[in-house]
Amino acid sequence: MRNVWIICRKELRSYFVSPVAYLLLTMFGLIFGFFFWNVLFSFVVAGMESQMRGQMFPMNVNEEMIRPLLQNVSVVGLFFIPMITMRLFAEEKRTGTIELLATSPIHDVEVILGKWLAAMTMYTAMLLVTALNFAFLFKYGQPDWKPLVIGYLGLLLQAGALLAIGTFISTLTKNQIIAGGATFGVCLLLWILGWVSGNGYDTSTWAQVVSYMSVITHFESFSKGLLDVKDAVFYVTLIFLGLFLTSRSMESLRWRS
Amino acid sequence: MITVTELTKRYARHTAVDHISFEVGKGQIVGFLGPNGAGKTTTMRMLTCFLPPTSGVATVAGFDVLEQSLEVKKRIGYLPETPPLYPEMRTAEYLAFVGQLKGLSGAELDKRVDYVLGRCAVTDVRDKLLGKLSKGYRQRVGLAQAIIHNPDVLILDEPTSGLDPKQINETRELIKGLAGDHTIILSTHILPEVEQTCQQVIIIAKGKLVATDSVSNLQNRARGAESLLVEVAGRNGEIDSATVQRRLEQISGVSRVLFKDKRQNRSIFEVESRKESSIRGDLARAVVESGWDLNELRPTAVSLEEIFLQLTGEPLPNPVEVPVAMGAK
Repeated sequence: MRNVWIICRKELRSYFVSPVAYLLLTMFGLIFGFFFWNVLFSFVVAGMESQMRGQMFPMNVNEEMIRPLLQNVSVVGLFFIPMITMRLFAEEKRTGTIELLATSPIHDVEVILGKWLAAMTMYTAMLLVTALNFAFLFKYGQPDWKPLVIGYLGLLLQAGALLAIGTFISTLTKNQIIAGGATFGVCLLLWILGWVSGNGYDTSTWAQVVSYMSVITHFESFSKGLLDVKDAVFYVTLIFLGLFLTSRSMESLRWRS
Repeated sequence: MITVTELTKRYARHTAVDHISFEVGKGQIVGFLGPNGAGKTTTMRMLTCFLPPTSGVATVAGFDVLEQSLEVKKRIGYLPETPPLYPEMRTAEYLAFVGQLKGLSGAELDKRVDYVLGRCAVTDVRDKLLGKLSKGYRQRVGLAQAIIHNPDVLILDEPTSGLDPKQINETRELIKGLAGDHTIILSTHILPEVEQTCQQVIIIAKGKLVATDSVSNLQNRARGAESLLVEVAGRNGEIDSATVQRRLEQISGVSRVLFKDKRQNRSIFEVESRKESSIRGDLARAVVESGWDLNELRPTAVSLEEIFLQLTGEPLPNPVEVPVAMGAK
């Protein structure tokens, strides 16, 4: 456990010493800020319109603002995750520092967990930027906080799965660009798989199976504030799969190189 | 301290290390010698548990590299060919990180960091980014990280490659100073390095063990005899090297005469004599009596280089047949 923390701290340092962390936080903050403004604006307009018509529709901040915003974050996250994971192992392989880790008295699993936790922490830092915007909703409105917490939990689970896959891909190459590009491709694929049955035309069994693989469809219940065990298990399974593949890949590195 | 038995590493197409066996005693400095691609790095990587051997057994301090790798890793300090530095870290901070990886913590860690900073003469760059350090400093920081946990065994892969002569000297002195406390294996393809730093040599070529012996034994073994450098000058202008060579060969006790060089009216030869026969007097007389001047006569030690070339079976350039090439050098 101590070793996991040593590795994790080292990775976090390299995120925050280089411009990587600040670039990610700034870009993510800007993009989320734009979405927030957009959703808030249409919410306010809808509210004014209903007032002008004189008929008050029940409006809900959770339903009409937090939910779409969380869904936006889950999709925007797909674009940022490759940038978080691409250097994790590729850089160590390129500079040869992997030899230091591999010849130190620590287990591969500890290295992998340390790096993955650092990536999770980086993503959590990005989510904290969104919390800033949400704080305004709580200041000027009375949204229910529980669905928001569940939503964040879903985001963390989803990111955990994708970060684990990204970590795995980073062990496959020395080249950060390739690692990042491939991770990005896989992330996109895992998103658009949901469209196969999502368009409603194809209701065959295989279309549903394929759709089930999508990381985005599993987020729907979380965004509604529902904690569905089925979806949580899907993400946790993916996390384990990704980290397991990473450890296999690290092992094979020794046999190949 | 280190025992290697029939160690083999095979890849899909070729065998990098082929049934190598050797032993290294405690506190020794051993030179691991071989041409590039001989399997030095592969062997070292197997000893450090970075690569698993295909077959054979290697133990470090009594622990098997495959079965008890964690115990082995605790006792080994390793400097790979390129020092494993994180460019975004500062020297002291990096050494503390490596120390933690090796299991140090608290006051002991601080103490060790300060100690290795001083020992490897990198205290003046303790707060510099590793990415900004010069090659010599990078190498020394690499050495510092290898000894941070005071390991029993140090494995250094080409510790002096890419350094300038002054840095090479400093590094060699540093390594020599580390012996005694540590058992050291260092690989190199530079022969004088072995002569100067190591007590024992392990020579490998094409993955196979060629020789393992002490440096002095090897030098004696290759040729028991004396080797002399002789410079002969003609009295009036030109000198016929072939005639001189023939005359030198006639001296009793001489086993071989190699033509080395010719400059104007001077010819330089390397004369080898058979064991236990001193030929210097006869040689001097023969030269003078033939009407030539003896400009120089001095013994040359058989260099490890020649032994190495003999043992690894690489062709020794024959100076008699290619005098022009030798002269051009």
